[in-house]
Amino acid sequence: MKILVCVKQVPDTSEVTLDPITNTLIRKGIKSIINPDDKAGIEAALKLKDQVEGSQITVISMGPKQAEIALREALAMGCDEGYLVSDRKFGGSDTLATSTILAAALKKIGFDVIITGRQAIDGDTAQVGPQIAEHLKIPHVSYVEEFEVDGDALIVLRQFEDRYHKIRIKFPCLLTAISGFGEIKYLTVAGVIEAEKKELKYLNYEDLKDLLDEGCIGLKGSPTKVVKSYTKEQKSQGTLLKGLTTNEAVDAIMARLKEGHIL
Amino acid sequence: MNFNLTSTQKLLQDFYQRFAEKEIKPLAKKMDEEERYDLELLEKMQKCGFFGIPYSKEYGGAGADTMAYVLCMEEVSKVDASSGITISVHTSLCCSCISDFGTEDQKQKYLRPLVDGSKIGCFSLTEPNAGSDAGGQQTSAVLEGDYYILNGSKVFTTNSGFADTFIIFAVTDKASGTDGISAFIVEGDSPGLTVGANMPRMGIRASSNCEVAINNLKVPKENMLRREGEGFEIALKALDGGRIGIGAQSVGIAQGALNEAMQYVRERKQFGKPIAAFQNTKFKIAEMQTKIDGARLLVWRAALAKDDKKEYSDLAAMCKLFGSEVANEVTRVCVQLLGGYGYSREYPVERMMRDAKITEIYEGTSEVMKMVIAGSLKI
Repeated sequence: MKILVCVKQVPDTSEVTLDPITNTLIRKGIKSIINPDDKAGIEAALKLKDQVEGSQITVISMGPKQAEIALREALAMGCDEGYLVSDRKFGGSDTLATSTILAAALKKIGFDVIITGRQAIDGDTAQVGPQIAEHLKIPHVSYVEEFEVDGDALIVLRQFEDRYHKIRIKFPCLLTAISGFGEIKYLTVAGVIEAEKKELKYLNYEDLKDLLDEGCIGLKGSPTKVVKSYTKEQKSQGTLLKGLTTNEAVDAIMARLKEGHIL
Repeated sequence: MNFNLTSTQKLLQDFYQRFAEKEIKPLAKKMDEEERYDLELLEKMQKCGFFGIPYSKEYGGAGADTMAYVLCMEEVSKVDASSGITISVHTSLCCSCISDFGTEDQKQKYLRPLVDGSKIGCFSLTEPNAGSDAGGQQTSAVLEGDYYILNGSKVFTTNSGFADTFIIFAVTDKASGTDGISAFIVEGDSPGLTVGANMPRMGIRASSNCEVAINNLKVPKENMLRREGEGFEIALKALDGGRIGIGAQSVGIAQGALNEAMQYVRERKQFGKPIAAFQNTKFKIAEMQTKIDGARLLVWRAALAKDDKKEYSDLAAMCKLFGSEVANEVTRVCVQLLGGYGYSREYPVERMMRDAKITEIYEGTSEVMKMVIAGSLKI
């Protein structure tokens, strides 16, 4: 079985700190990591490989050259080969253009199943996975927490707000994974060194142009326009009033609202 | 010529850093205060392959090189110098003796479990009366049939409290001076080998460092490394490599302390502004980072020379000499930047300052480093 996993390299937002003098994000020294849901996707692919003998995992990432490190990490985790999809023409792509390019690359490489992460921690859109499936005209299930192989299909457990959905989906298909495929294991030094010997391939615009319309990629192919980006203002924690009866609480709130000339 | 790490080296560095932050950093203070290394942590590091980095896959190692090893030493030592020396003594001193000088049988029997993460090694050279003058060994080894009988005592043996495999140096021919010293591989549970109590120390207090008493210790003939009289050369060679590790450990201690200080000066307010806003703070930090970068480049130069199979004894001595001085200066200035809090045990910089001192002493003092460097310059 040919398993394709899509990963994105993102800044580790859990480590982002504000400069108290300028109140801006301190970007220097912020590590780039594999997006956590995508890492869950890799774990899912490894699990699928264990279930289906003779499977091969190809990991793919679209991004600048530095995304090679994310691919190397995926190879060190156990993926078999990697593709970096990179070209200046792809720069500035929004989710639609990105999914268009990725779909072309995935089509070129070939697959039985595609696994992406649910969403990236930098954009939080959760759009790229399902969009890829639409471009490729294959079924998809998002928010997948677990699965079992069932003949020519997968039985997947989709996390929903207050329940799970159990869905049978036939190959070829796409899943978007969420963390839950077991504890993410540490790499080993030997694994990283071994990964160095695995092949990293490159796909650029030239390689994919038969499958792409130049108007549908990069800035030109991106209907999303970012008007402004800014740091959210930090709000104070507010006042916590404890131990009040319902009536006292209502009075206290009303008094505050009047105090602030809100009422 | 370039100063960029490869993507594999960057990935390793990331991996070491994540591990160190998540697994080692939360334990460092406690281990220092209890003067005991956490053996569960040791096992986790073994599982990740930290104890066999520059050794070939053929013998169960990670198949990486000295560069990959110094990156690990720096990242680990950034958060805990004791973890650094635990890895370093095992890797650079114990394993290297067997890897560089052992027979195929010795490698299969002793190197494999050491580098595949199942056993821990140590290195017993220093004696109460043989420190910088390591040639003045008094531990003796006398051949009786198929065994050598060893008698004597060793001090400052790092990892000895939990080591499975010891490299022990002893005199087989008193009349020949340093040419009469031989090296032996000794199993930790051998009768006649007694590991004493942990030596109370100023720094690197989490690492195990005990006195080792040797009384009629029977070592099979086949456990001698190379031939009689070659022990001193083996020890010097191992120490040359070890110094690169200590250089990297020094860089780690310094960078770790500076990182703590940089975070502190951004948050700490005095006279109405963060102390990072004062020029004195900025200049101090600029000076420290420059010196650390210089020390790191010396470490990388020595590591690359070793990987390229070039002569590196002088380069190793230089990276250790300079690195250890930088570690001491930087940690002292960082304590000063944190002021009273720096002196308190609430922040890790006081531990880092205590830990830094040993880098100027072990695996050859700064004075011995200068002897090595001057010697290489034919002075």
